[in-house]
Amino acid sequence: MMMTKTKKPIALAVGMLLGLSVATAQATDDMSLHISPQSQPAPEGLEDYAHGDARSGYIYATEETRTLQDDDFENPAFLWVEKAQEQWSTPEGDANKSCQSCHGDVESMKGVGAVYPKFDPEIGDLLNLEKRINRCRSEGMQATPWKWESDELLGMTSLVKMQSRGMPVNVSIDGPAKEYFEKGMKFYNTRVGQMDLACKHCHIDQNGNYMRAELLSQGQANGFPTYRLKWQKLGSLHRRFRGCNNNIRAEKLANGSPEYMALELYVTWRGNGLPIEAPSVRK
Amino acid sequence: MNFRIFKRKLASAFTLCAFGGLTFGASSALAEGSLMRVSEPNLKPYTIVDGTSIPDSLSGKAGNAVNGKKLLVHRKKGNCLTCHSAPILEEEFHGDVAPPLEGVGDRMSAGEIRLRLVNPKVINPDTPMMAYYRTHGLNQVSKSFVGKPMLNEQEIEDIVAYLITLK
Ligand code: HEC
Ligand code: HEC
Repeated sequence: MMMTKTKKPIALAVGMLLGLSVATAQATDDMSLHISPQSQPAPEGLEDYAHGDARSGYIYATEETRTLQDDDFENPAFLWVEKAQEQWSTPEGDANKSCQSCHGDVESMKGVGAVYPKFDPEIGDLLNLEKRINRCRSEGMQATPWKWESDELLGMTSLVKMQSRGMPVNVSIDGPAKEYFEKGMKFYNTRVGQMDLACKHCHIDQNGNYMRAELLSQGQANGFPTYRLKWQKLGSLHRRFRGCNNNIRAEKLANGSPEYMALELYVTWRGNGLPIEAPSVRK
Repeated sequence: MNFRIFKRKLASAFTLCAFGGLTFGASSALAEGSLMRVSEPNLKPYTIVDGTSIPDSLSGKAGNAVNGKKLLVHRKKGNCLTCHSAPILEEEFHGDVAPPLEGVGDRMSAGEIRLRLVNPKVINPDTPMMAYYRTHGLNQVSKSFVGKPMLNEQEIEDIVAYLITLK
């Protein structure tokens, strides 16, 4: 019989009762509020997929899934990436411009994927990569923005993010981003759904344990967009949020909703220091 | 607030406690001999004794252990093996989030097990285990599940009847 690890985050329990004031006050000092402290070092050969206590979903994936991700020719996500590569230099919209017209070669995007989501002073709101790309379409190209979960937007997001592969995630939560960060953290710790679970119950408290056949990872964002074998398709981080909400019988929120945008900032920040893996493969 | 507290005339010697989202923490500290009457929308009222147990059957009837075992495994009902292991060898992949259910009939009374299923947050406010008989104080519930408990009275009784056989 398996033994259970009993972790009793008393302080956090009290914080939850007080409406999270405790957790919020200590936002960045005590990482154990955000990530379950790891008792084991990263497995040999996978050290690059860990940073401090943060562990990429890659570490929890099976050997087969990892192999698929490691080889760009095998990785099914590259069907989308190849289309995006053509799209990069295809002029569109009333301005008859392509991405290339403004940015040059796609390699110029190196480093960009590592710092999103990011507060944009011009529009006074948080942008993630998907929203940033769609702003380029509507403003720069005067073309219709792509639908959130469309092949085009998923492919282009992957192509742009891929230029930062291996670079550490490095999102900022200072200045105007702080408000979004705190809202995202609050959502992460709030019980929702008929099953009354918060993200943190599965991805912090139970990280490393099995729910049936599912090994619970930290729910890190560094691999997104991700090709999920279950979806047979590339999918966005917000699609994953919707899935995790749905599994506990919680109402799914809209892709790009203010709640999921704030959540994306918080979840991505938890993985600061992990390597960008997009497009990753998960089961 | 859409829940009511039933005051009992003879309760002067007992503690009465409002039962809502944020007051659960207090309930585990209830004095011995306390009774708490809980009533939530669409559910039959029940009484928690000492903050540790619900001695009376929710349905007023005995449970059926054979059906209880099925409900415990069923993915759209108890789905308890998500988190617990149990001596049910024909099922693959038991979770290891929670204590094994083997021997639970020795460790706990039927009333204690019943409270565990009805609302484990009374015992541990930070537990990942869901309240199987609760409709109040939840957020962002899918439309199709609003106002419905995870299990009905008799289903809870059936699972209690099965667990008590795990000695
Ligand atoms: C009932 C348990 C549960 C809850 C609650 C839950 N998740 Fe998950 N989540 C899973 C499982 C199981 C997986 C797939 C295996 C894994 O990576 O952990 C997963 C995967 C993920 C992934 C993908 C990780 C990767 O490497 O591909 C992210 C991101 C994620 N969850 C975020 C969240 C967020 C944010 C919330 C709250 C809105 C949440 N989860 C709530 C169980 C849960
Ligand atoms: C999402 C995870 C989860 C699910 C699903 C779940 N439990 Fe639990 N359960 C726990 C945890 C964790 C504990 C340990 C105590 C705590 O957290 O308060 C527990 C404790 C218990 C206990 C007390 C055991 C002891 O020895 O103290 C019983 C009995 C129990 N659960 C029965 C069930 C039954 C029956 C079901 C399904 C109808 C179920 N649980 C579903 C997580 C879960």
